[in-house]
Amino acid sequence: MIRHIVDFFGDEAHARLRRRLFYLVLVLVVAADFVVPREHAEYLWERLPGWSAAYGFGSCVLLIFVSKFLGHQGGLMRREDYYD
Amino acid sequence: MTDVFVHPGLLFILGALPIPFLKGAIRNAYLLLIPVLAILAVLTLQPGTYGAASFAGQDILFAKVDKLSIVFATVFTLMALIGMVYALHVTAAGQHVAAFVYVGSALGVVFAGDYLTLYLFWEAMAFASAYLVFAQGGEQAIRAGFRYLMVHITGGLALFGGIVLHGLATGSLLFGPIEGGPIGGGPIEGGMSLGAYLIMAGFLLNAAVPPLNAWLTDAYPEATVTGAVFMSAFTTKTAVYVLARAFPGTELLVVLGTVMALYGVVYAVLENDCRRLLAYHIVSQVGYMVAGVGIGTELAVNGATSHAFAHILYKALLFMGAGAVIYVTGRRKLTELGGLYKTMPWTVALYMVGALAISAFPFFSGFVTKSMVVAAAGQDHRAIVMLALTMASSGTFLHTGLKLPYYMFFGTDRKLPAREPPRNMLVAMAMAAVLCIAIGVFPGPLYALLPYPVAFEPYTGQHVTESLGILMFTALGFVLFLKALDPENTISLDTDWFYRKGARAFMWLAERPLARYEQAVSSVSEAVVLPFLHGAARLGLRFDLGGVDAVVNGVARSVLRGGGALRRLQTGVVTHYALAMIAGVVAAVVVFAVAWR
Repeated sequence: MIRHIVDFFGDEAHARLRRRLFYLVLVLVVAADFVVPREHAEYLWERLPGWSAAYGFGSCVLLIFVSKFLGHQGGLMRREDYYD
Repeated sequence: MTDVFVHPGLLFILGALPIPFLKGAIRNAYLLLIPVLAILAVLTLQPGTYGAASFAGQDILFAKVDKLSIVFATVFTLMALIGMVYALHVTAAGQHVAAFVYVGSALGVVFAGDYLTLYLFWEAMAFASAYLVFAQGGEQAIRAGFRYLMVHITGGLALFGGIVLHGLATGSLLFGPIEGGPIGGGPIEGGMSLGAYLIMAGFLLNAAVPPLNAWLTDAYPEATVTGAVFMSAFTTKTAVYVLARAFPGTELLVVLGTVMALYGVVYAVLENDCRRLLAYHIVSQVGYMVAGVGIGTELAVNGATSHAFAHILYKALLFMGAGAVIYVTGRRKLTELGGLYKTMPWTVALYMVGALAISAFPFFSGFVTKSMVVAAAGQDHRAIVMLALTMASSGTFLHTGLKLPYYMFFGTDRKLPAREPPRNMLVAMAMAAVLCIAIGVFPGPLYALLPYPVAFEPYTGQHVTESLGILMFTALGFVLFLKALDPENTISLDTDWFYRKGARAFMWLAERPLARYEQAVSSVSEAVVLPFLHGAARLGLRFDLGGVDAVVNGVARSVLRGGGALRRLQTGVVTHYALAMIAGVVAAVVVFAVAWR
C-alpha cells in the first residue's frame, strides 16, 4: 500500500498522470477560493479570490531567486573547504 | 499541597545514573520505563509551587507548576519517549545518559520558579547536549562541539550577569514576567533594565535568534543521528518557554521573530547538507513562536505555545527521517543522495507526514497551530508581519516538503545500496507521525492544554482554500524552477564566520606579535639578567649538591611515574572529558536537590 503510493510519486511511468492530477488540483484550489464564504476579511487582499495562489507562487519564486542571488553574488556560498 | 510531587526532570537526571550498569533487554526496557513514568508524572501534576527554600538570602523556588509549564512538560516527556525508541539500537551508554540529563535539565528549566534553579539547569542542558555532538567523533564534530559549547557558555554568562543585575535591582530572583516589561507591572517609563536585557540576550541565544543563530546550524548536523533528534526538540523550545514566561508582549521580539522566520528560509535555499537544511527550518519555525510571544495577546501566546508543541513532534520526525538516510547510506549531502524511494518507502512516507505537518497542510498539526500565530498577527493589525510569516510558510513547504525529499528520495538515482532503517527507528517515526496527524485532525485536546482559553477555529473554508492556494502554487513554482534549486556543493557563510575566522585572527595574534614580543623580552633577559643569575646559580650549586639533591631525585622519580599515569589519562578521547563534565553536572544537581530538601 505505502510502497504503491510512494512509487506513484517516484516512477517515471506515472509522470503524465501525476502532472495532470497536479494541474487539476491547482484549478480546483483556485475555483474553490472563488466560491468559499468569506466571513471576516479584515484586509483588502483577503477579499480577492485567488490571492493566496498568486502570493504563494510569488513568494516561492522570490525566495528562490533572492536567496540564490545572495548566495552567488552576495558571496554567502563558499567552497566546502572554506574554513579548513 | 498534600499531593506527592515527583519532579519529572529529576526522574530523568537521577534515572540516568543506572544506565551504564544495565545491559541488553533490561537496559532497553529501563530506557523506555523512565520516559513513561515521566509522562505519568506530568499528567498527574497539580498546579502549585513546590520546594520553596532560601539560599544565600534569596528565595528559591525549585518548581512552579502552571498551565504554561505543563504544556511544555507534556510535549518534552512525549518527545523523550519517542527519542529513546529511536535511539534504542545505540549501545553506547554515554549517549543515553547525556540524552536523559539533557531532557531532565530541559524539564528543570520548564519548572524552575527562580532564576538560580533556571540557570543551573540551563547550563546542564548545554553540557549534556554538547556531548551528543562530541559523541559523533571525528575532527569535524569535535570542533563543532567545542564551538557549540563556547557559544553556549558565553550565552550562559550573559544570562548569569543579567540574573545578578536583575536580582540586585529588584531584590528578588523569582522567575516571572520581567519588571519594566509590558505586563511586568513595573515602571513602564523606565523600560527594561540592563539586567533584563542581558537575560533576554541569553534567552535569545538559545532560541537561535539571528545573529545569535549560527551555533544551531553549525552543531546540529554534526551530532549523532539519534542525538540530533533530541537536540532539535529541547534547547530552542525551552528558550521559547522562558521568553513566553518573562517577555510576552515585547515589541523587539515581533521584529526579531519575523526576520528570523524569513532568515531560515533564505539559508535553506542555499543549503546542501540535509540536516543543516532542516536546522535552518528550526530557525524559521522558532521565528513564528518568538513573534507570537512578542505580539503577546492571548491568541498569540496560545499560538506560540501550541506551535512549539506541534513543532517538536514534526521537526523530530523530519530529523529522524534524515537521520535514517544518513544511518543507512552514510551520506548527508543532497548532491550525493537521490533515488532512495525504491528501497526506503516507509521512511519516505513517514518523513512526508512530518513535511506536510511543518508545511501546515490541512489535517496535519502545523495547520492548527501555525495559523494561530498568523491570525494573532492579523488581529493585532500587523499586516506586514502577517504577510512575511505567510511568505515563510511558502518557503517551508518549498524546502522541507519539496526540495529535500525530492533530492534525497527521488531525483537522480545514485544507485546507493540502501534498506529501511532498524525497526525501532521506524516505530519512533510512526509514533511522531501519528501524533502529527492526530493533532491536525483533533486539535481539541491540545487546545485544552494551552495557557489561555481558546476561541479559534482553524477549519474554516476560507482558511483551508487560502492555505492550499499558498502551498499548491508554491509547488508550481518548484516544478517550474526546479533547475534553479539544484543543490550545489558549497557551504554558506553565517554569523559563525565571526568567531571561526575571529579565532584564527586571535591565533595569529598569539603566534606572531605576541610571540615576537615574548622573544624580545627573553633576549633582553638573556643579555642582562643571565650573568647575574649565573653567579647566583654557582652559589646555589654548592648548597644544592650537598643536601637538596637526594630529596629532589626522590621526588623527581615519583613525579615521573605520576606523569606517565597522567599522560595515559590525557590521551583519553575528548568524549571522556565531556562525560566527566556531565557526571559533574549530575553531581551538582543531586547536591542541589539534597540541599533543597
